[in-house]
Amino acid sequence: MIPFEYHAPATVGDAVAMLAARDGAKLLAGGQSLVPALTYRLARPGVLVDINALPLADVVRTNGHVRLGALVRHHVLEESPDVRRWCPLLAEAVAYVGNARVRTLGTLGGSLAHADPAAELPVAMVALDARFAAVGAAGSREIPAGEFFRAPLTTALAADEILTAVDVPVTRGAGTAFVELARRPGDFPLVSVAAVVAVDRAGRVADARVVFGGLAGAPQRSAPAEDALRGHEPTPERIAAAAHAARRALRPETDVFASGAYRAHLAEVLARRALRTATNRALTVEVR
Amino acid sequence: MIVRFTLNGRPREVETEPHRTLLDVLRDTLGQLEAKEGCAEGACGACTVLLDGRPASSCLTLVPLVEGRRVTTVRGLERDGRLHPLQESFVAHGAVQCGFCTPGVLLTALWYVEKNPGADREQIRQALGGNLCRCTGYTKIVDAIEAWSRRATAEAGP
Repeated sequence: MIPFEYHAPATVGDAVAMLAARDGAKLLAGGQSLVPALTYRLARPGVLVDINALPLADVVRTNGHVRLGALVRHHVLEESPDVRRWCPLLAEAVAYVGNARVRTLGTLGGSLAHADPAAELPVAMVALDARFAAVGAAGSREIPAGEFFRAPLTTALAADEILTAVDVPVTRGAGTAFVELARRPGDFPLVSVAAVVAVDRAGRVADARVVFGGLAGAPQRSAPAEDALRGHEPTPERIAAAAHAARRALRPETDVFASGAYRAHLAEVLARRALRTATNRALTVEVR
Repeated sequence: MIVRFTLNGRPREVETEPHRTLLDVLRDTLGQLEAKEGCAEGACGACTVLLDGRPASSCLTLVPLVEGRRVTTVRGLERDGRLHPLQESFVAHGAVQCGFCTPGVLLTALWYVEKNPGADREQIRQALGGNLCRCTGYTKIVDAIEAWSRRATAEAGP
């Protein structure tokens, strides 16, 4: 590892000032992606700004939302009663992230800002329509999850901006599911799917969100799958048709891990499973 | 920089640099060789330690993050010079071959089974997903953990 200048500011303002003042300064949160990049010298920042002392580790229930600080560790997301109750999709998705060691130190904000195209949490956040709070030298702003992820390892954040929190709407009354397929436990998945399904009193789909990971440079919403469900009874046939509609609109690329054709096949199968599970959960919620 | 933490119950203070990992400090500064460097990217589990009781890859833990925390290596498992019952179970089941993965496997298993008493075989296998062993084929490792898990649960009573 190449030595770097190290700072550990105590306030978000100080951290932003350091990012703004120094070209190529990098933030250190849990370090689970940054440290391997440093070890391999893929990243050679001259300055590292350790944000672990910032007060950004809270999980707070507010009106209709759960506000998650950027420094919430993965294992906290996995175990938090508020998360499990109000946005269970996140608890389900984060259990797939890396291994138990990654989840000890890895942070929500780190995973989102790193924006690996196969990572689980970005997919879940787009499906949940979360809003990201960022603070930079020019002030604070909110960024919808759907506009945050731009390309592999590229987000809407400016070089002097810090992702400080994520507001996640609670999914009360809706059913959610996250499924993925990885070659080995802990690997990034070849394909992942997050589904959110709300069913009305007449038993029809009031709203549906289907988002894929691993198929492109950023999470991909499937309008064809969502349109195929909205307003219809979520029968197994309807769900299969929606998953098929999703697949027909996808053109995943081939890489060393899997062919585009195999990824497309996985997308359909996993979308079907995710939609079935989310629908069953939505119906269970209705009965209760 | 000076970093203070507790290693296996004993307070430590080390003079180090911020670009060092906990693994560097354990091995090179403190001469504690039980945590191994395998992949150096957090995938193999050979460098596993417990950080405030939860498993962490010491190779991915920059040392400033350890300030004020509790670090446990496999040496922290002994009690009064005796092996931990989980270690005894590894010996009894022949679950150790070259030994390189063993400290990490022991710490991961200990954390998981204490959190999930009575964990079954499949759960144990899942929990060890991040610890690679190139010798044993895992069967005897899982046997050893399962036997200890059952015995510990039985001793704890209903």
